[in-house]
Amino acid sequence: MASSGAKKVRSKEKPGNSPAMLPTLTPSERVDLLRKMVLIRRFEQKAAQAFMQAKIRGFCHLYIGQEAVAVGSISTLHPTDAVITAYRDHGHALARGMSSRECMAELFGKITGCSRGKGGSMHFFSKEKHFHGGHGIVGGQTPLAAGIAFAQKYNGTGEVTVCYLGDGAVNQGAFHEALNLAALWKLPVIYVIENNEYSMGTHQSRSSAGYPLVKRADGYDMAGITANGNDVDDVREKMWDAVQLARTESLPSLVEIKTYRYRGHSMSDPGNYRTKEEIAERKKESEPISMFKERLYKEKVLTEKEYEEIERQAVAEAEDAIAFAEASAEPEVATVFEDIHAPEDQIAEFRPPIGS
Amino acid sequence: MAVITMREALNQALSEEMERDGRVILMGEEVAEYQGAYKVSSGLLQKFGAKRVLDTPISESGFAGLGVGAAMQGLRPVVEFMTWSFSMVAYDQIVNNAGAIRYMSGGQYSIPIVFRGSSGAGLQVGATHSHTPENWYANVPAMTVITPAFPDDAKGLLKSAIRSNNPVCFIENEKLYGFKGEVPEGDVLTTIGQARICREGSQVTLIANSASTHVALASAEQLAADGISAEVVDLRTIKPLDIPTILASVVKTSRVVIVEENKPFAGWGAQVAYEIQHRAFDSLDAPIERVTGLDVPQPYARVLEQAVMPSAERVTEAAKKTLG
Ligand SMILES: Cc1ncc(C[n+]2csc(CCOP(=O)(O)OP(=O)(O)O)c2C)c(N)n1
Ligand SMILES: [Mg+2]
Repeated sequence: MASSGAKKVRSKEKPGNSPAMLPTLTPSERVDLLRKMVLIRRFEQKAAQAFMQAKIRGFCHLYIGQEAVAVGSISTLHPTDAVITAYRDHGHALARGMSSRECMAELFGKITGCSRGKGGSMHFFSKEKHFHGGHGIVGGQTPLAAGIAFAQKYNGTGEVTVCYLGDGAVNQGAFHEALNLAALWKLPVIYVIENNEYSMGTHQSRSSAGYPLVKRADGYDMAGITANGNDVDDVREKMWDAVQLARTESLPSLVEIKTYRYRGHSMSDPGNYRTKEEIAERKKESEPISMFKERLYKEKVLTEKEYEEIERQAVAEAEDAIAFAEASAEPEVATVFEDIHAPEDQIAEFRPPIGS
Repeated sequence: MAVITMREALNQALSEEMERDGRVILMGEEVAEYQGAYKVSSGLLQKFGAKRVLDTPISESGFAGLGVGAAMQGLRPVVEFMTWSFSMVAYDQIVNNAGAIRYMSGGQYSIPIVFRGSSGAGLQVGATHSHTPENWYANVPAMTVITPAFPDDAKGLLKSAIRSNNPVCFIENEKLYGFKGEVPEGDVLTTIGQARICREGSQVTLIANSASTHVALASAEQLAADGISAEVVDLRTIKPLDIPTILASVVKTSRVVIVEENKPFAGWGAQVAYEIQHRAFDSLDAPIERVTGLDVPQPYARVLEQAVMPSAERVTEAAKKTLG
C-alpha cells in the first residue's frame, strides 16, 4: 500500500486539485531574499574571524556559498512550518528568522545563546521559530523530521516539515528508513539534499553509487525534484512544488539542490582535497549572491547604492551580534544540571535532587 | 483483586492510557494487525484504530527517531521494540536524540516517549537475541529505566512512564510475560524510582530487578531452608535508583548480594555496589557479592546458557560467602 500514485507526481504534472501558484514576490520581498543571503554571508565571516581568535571553539561548519538554498527554500514556507537540519545550521537558522545575536551568542557559548550555550555551532534550536535543530550525527535528523511531519498530520495542522541533509548523509541507513516511512505513511515532509559535492574531503564520486542522488526517491515511489542551488529563484520555484505536494496532498518528496561550499568542511579543514582553482572557477561561474544581485539590477528593483546599504547593514548586524555575544555572560556553572529533565505534571516528581 | 499475567497487565496499562489521552500512540513491528509479537498489544488496533496503533517496517532507527520527532511536537508515543536486542540499531536515536535534545536545546523541548519491549536471556535464542540492556540505557543522563518484575508493577509503572514528560526505557523480560499476579483494578499508578521489599529478612540483602528478582526469591527460599534469613529488594526502577530503600536494608542486614542478568562490566550492580560502599561503608560486614550474567556472548546450548544465567544456586552460594 505504498503511495503508488506519488511517483508520477512530479513538479508540473500534478493530478487533481489545481495547485496554488508560487506567489510572485514584490520587488521589496525580492530584495529581502538578497538581504538575508548577504546577512548569512557576513554573519559567518565574522564568526570565522572570531573562531580564528579562539572566541569560538569546537567545530564550526560554515555555509558560505550555499546561502541561496536555505533562503530560497525557507521563503516558500509558512512561519509555523517545521525546519530541521544537520550541523551546518547557521544559514538555516538565520533564514528561519532567528536573531544574529542569539546565534552568535550560542557560538560563543554564552547563556544568551539560542541553546543557552549547551548546543554550540552544530546544535542551534528555536522551538519558537519552529527550527528543530541543528543535529550533529550525520543523517540522525532524518527520522526526527518524519516524526515531526507525523505529528503535523496526526494533529491535522496543515503544516509541513523541511529536512536538510548533505550529499554524504544520503548513505546513512537512517535516511533510507525515514524515506520509506515518509512515503509509506504519506507524511508531509520534504527532504532536501544540499549537494555541495563533498562530504568532508570525499568527493561524491568517491562516496555514492547512483546518480543523480535524487534517483533514490524512485525506490520509495516518492516525488524527486532537482534545483540549482546557486539560483535563489530556481530554488524557490522547485521547493514550492514540493511544499504544495506536502501541504495539499500530504505527500513527501526528495529535492536535490546542487550547491557548492567555498570554505573548508569546518574551520579546522585546510581543504587539500580540491584546488584553489576549482573554488575560484565555481565562484566565477555561479556565486549565488552576485548572481541574484545582478538579476535584481537588471530588473531595476535594486541600485548599486541600495546594495551597498544592504552590505553595510549586514556587516553592522554581524558586528552587533559579535558585540552582544562578547558582552553576554558565561553560563553559571550551576546551569550544567538544568535542562536535563522536563518538569513532571501528570505524575509526582520522582528524581532525587541533583547531587544527593 | 484480579490475578492476571504480566502480558495482560501491560496491555491494560496501554489501553487505559490510550483511552485517557489522545496524544498516546503505539508503534512498532507487528503491534497492530498481528496483535504483538508477544501479544502485549492484543486488541489495541481494534479499540483505537490504525491512526493510533501503527505497524512499522523493520526500521528500528527510523521509527524510534520518528517517535522522538513526534514527541518533540507534543505527541506521547509508545515505541515497541520487538525485543530490546534490536534496539541497538536505533541506539543513536535513543541516546543522542531522545537522550540529549532537551539538553542541547537549552530546555526547549520535552521528549515524552516510552521505548518498551521484551528483553532477556534464558530461552536459547543465542547471543544476538538475549540482551538485557538496562545498564546501557541507564548510562544516558536523561533516561529513566524501568524493569518490572511483577504484573502489578508492570501495569502501574507503565502507566506512570506514559505520563512522564521525559524519555523512558521500559524493559520487560520475556520470561515473565506469562507470570501471574494480583493487579488492582483501575487507575492505580506505581511511583517510578521506588524499590520494593518483596521478602523481609535480617541476615543478608539480595538486590535484584526484573526476572532476577524471581531468582533472588528462589534463593531466599533455599537460604531459609538452611536457617538463613534473606531480604529481597526488587529495584523496579534502575534509574533513578532508590538509594534510601537500598541503604535501609543494608543497615539492617550488613551483607549484600546483587543479582543481575546483564553482563558484569559496568552492569547496574556495579553502580549499586559503589553507592552502598560509598554511603554505608561502616554498615558492611562483608564485601558485596555480585551474581551476574557471565562475561561471554550468550550461548545457545541449554547447559551452557544455564551456566551463564544467574541462578538461585549461585545466589545462595554468594550469600553464604558473605556470611563467612
Ligand atoms: C554518524 C556520523 N559519522 C561521521 C560524522 C563526521 N562527519 C561530520 S560531517 C561529515 C561529512 C558529511 O558530509 P555531507 O553530508 O555531504 O554534509 P556537508 O558537510 O557537505 O554539509 C562527517 C563524515 C558524523 N558527524 N556523524
Ligand atoms: Mg556535502
